Amino acid sequence: MSNLTAWERMEIIRNKNRPTVKDYIPALFKDFFEFHGDRFFGDDHAIMGGVGSFKGRPVTVIAQVKGRNIEENKDSNFGMPHPEGYRKALRLAKQAEKFHRPIIFFIDTPGAFCGIAAEERGQGEAIARNLLELSNLKTPIISIVLGEGGSGGALALGVCDELAMLENAVYSVISPRGAASILWKDASKEKEAAQALKITAEDLVSLGVAEEVIPEPAGGAHNNLELMVEHLSDYLERTIPKLSSEPIANLLENRYNKFRKIGEFTE
Amino acid sequence: MLEDLFKTVRSRFDVDLKSDRKNKVSIPADLLFKCPRCGNVMFMEDFNGANKVCSACNYHARLTARERLQMTIDKDSFVEYDKDMMSKNPIGFADYEEKMEKLRQKTGLKDAVITGECTIKTKPCVIVVMDSTFMMASMGSVVGEKIARAFERAIEKKLPVIAFTASGGARMQEGILSLMQMAKTSAAVKRHSDAGLLYITVMTDPTTGGVTASFASLGDIIIAEPKVLIGFAGRRVIEGTIKQRLPDDFQSAEFLLEHGFVDMIVERKNMRRTLSKLLRHHGYPGNTPDL
Repeated sequence: MSNLTAWERMEIIRNKNRPTVKDYIPALFKDFFEFHGDRFFGDDHAIMGGVGSFKGRPVTVIAQVKGRNIEENKDSNFGMPHPEGYRKALRLAKQAEKFHRPIIFFIDTPGAFCGIAAEERGQGEAIARNLLELSNLKTPIISIVLGEGGSGGALALGVCDELAMLENAVYSVISPRGAASILWKDASKEKEAAQALKITAEDLVSLGVAEEVIPEPAGGAHNNLELMVEHLSDYLERTIPKLSSEPIANLLENRYNKFRKIGEFTE
Repeated sequence: MLEDLFKTVRSRFDVDLKSDRKNKVSIPADLLFKCPRCGNVMFMEDFNGANKVCSACNYHARLTARERLQMTIDKDSFVEYDKDMMSKNPIGFADYEEKMEKLRQKTGLKDAVITGECTIKTKPCVIVVMDSTFMMASMGSVVGEKIARAFERAIEKKLPVIAFTASGGARMQEGILSLMQMAKTSAAVKRHSDAGLLYITVMTDPTTGGVTASFASLGDIIIAEPKVLIGFAGRRVIEGTIKQRLPDDFQSAEFLLEHGFVDMIVERKNMRRTLSKLLRHHGYPGNTPDL
């Protein structure tokens, strides 16, 4: 694996040609149908989801949508979901549970949207509800961080049996910029903050939060989409059957313990 | 009347407490209480006697966890859980250990939450109380672990959980481990709920960030104290995003009640009685009649 700093990786994932779920979904899943809406308020384009087939097996795919250009980004709000996005994700996750389909979450967000409407409609409650329900959802769940895993807005799709990260992806409790401005009152120190926060794929594996790093083509996923898709496909081909063969009671016990054991303290 | 409300809420956000020192009259901290919301001045003795509620604007000032327990539970009924648990420095964050040690000295707390068992008017429950004087009650490994254990012990003992929440959010000094405490605590709430047990949240000033987006929002019953701040994103962050000033009552308890995220607003002086009666409604009659 290449030896890059957190900041260098952030530059790679910010590359305007970095593939998004709009590239990955058609390449990975056959006959994908997108389903819309949370059945309460509306349809949030920052999160898309639906059903498709992976190597002959039906799966539910739920993904945060980064745009590939300004128009797409306007439509998907730069991948920053509102509460209705999280509620749509939960609706589709429960649908997957009903029909015994594994769930694949693709995480790629700067964070949950911060705005008036988001607060009015209960951004905190929507994320909390997902954490609670996903912790015990009776079907296998795989989460893959494609680029940016921004705090609670990412975790709402990140309560899973296995967390994988693309090699250059980052996952953080707070954006390095936010941390720099709180800690040092200087947002321009985000490079230092990125390093201090331990946010790279490798960091997350060593902290026991992520299970696997999915390698990227040299220089980043944008340099070879086909190869990136192959690596993702290999990962899913190994992981879906492994989780699906686990008895549900064991799977849920393991999922509980995966999060239960995270934390360091003395007593 | 309505304007007064807005004014007091505005002052909560706008008054720079330090700037008070520049005012002509300096107030000895131990003698007088000056309300940070409306500027009302009270004798400290009266303020303390009124459960730390401002007599002019009904601002429910922040309490330490010890004060909260004393005000809420039966005398001598508290058995504390995990009282020696302390955080490490899992991601080697600069100055974190020193900062924690200073806070431990200053507050007498090991971290930002106290958990344990108690009775409220003889009705048994597990209680979780966050303390905003300790690093704004941010949630790191210790807070997450103590809360998860509190729910697990409540399941074993078939007890309800009452959580007084207050927090600035996740503790960034513990990095991603702090974020994962949101999942850990929510999963523990789920197990407690699936066991058919009651969970009451009492949101106090301020309940924000990762705590709002996890166990605080997951009570069967959600109570808030009057005029407290409750929200997901920080006010300044939102103002920065939308480039305009927010309404003054934005993210107040009353705002959340109106939008359907809080069941009821309960004044501090009625809190103990309210909790006792709710416990009774859920099958914990206790040994004494409620008055």
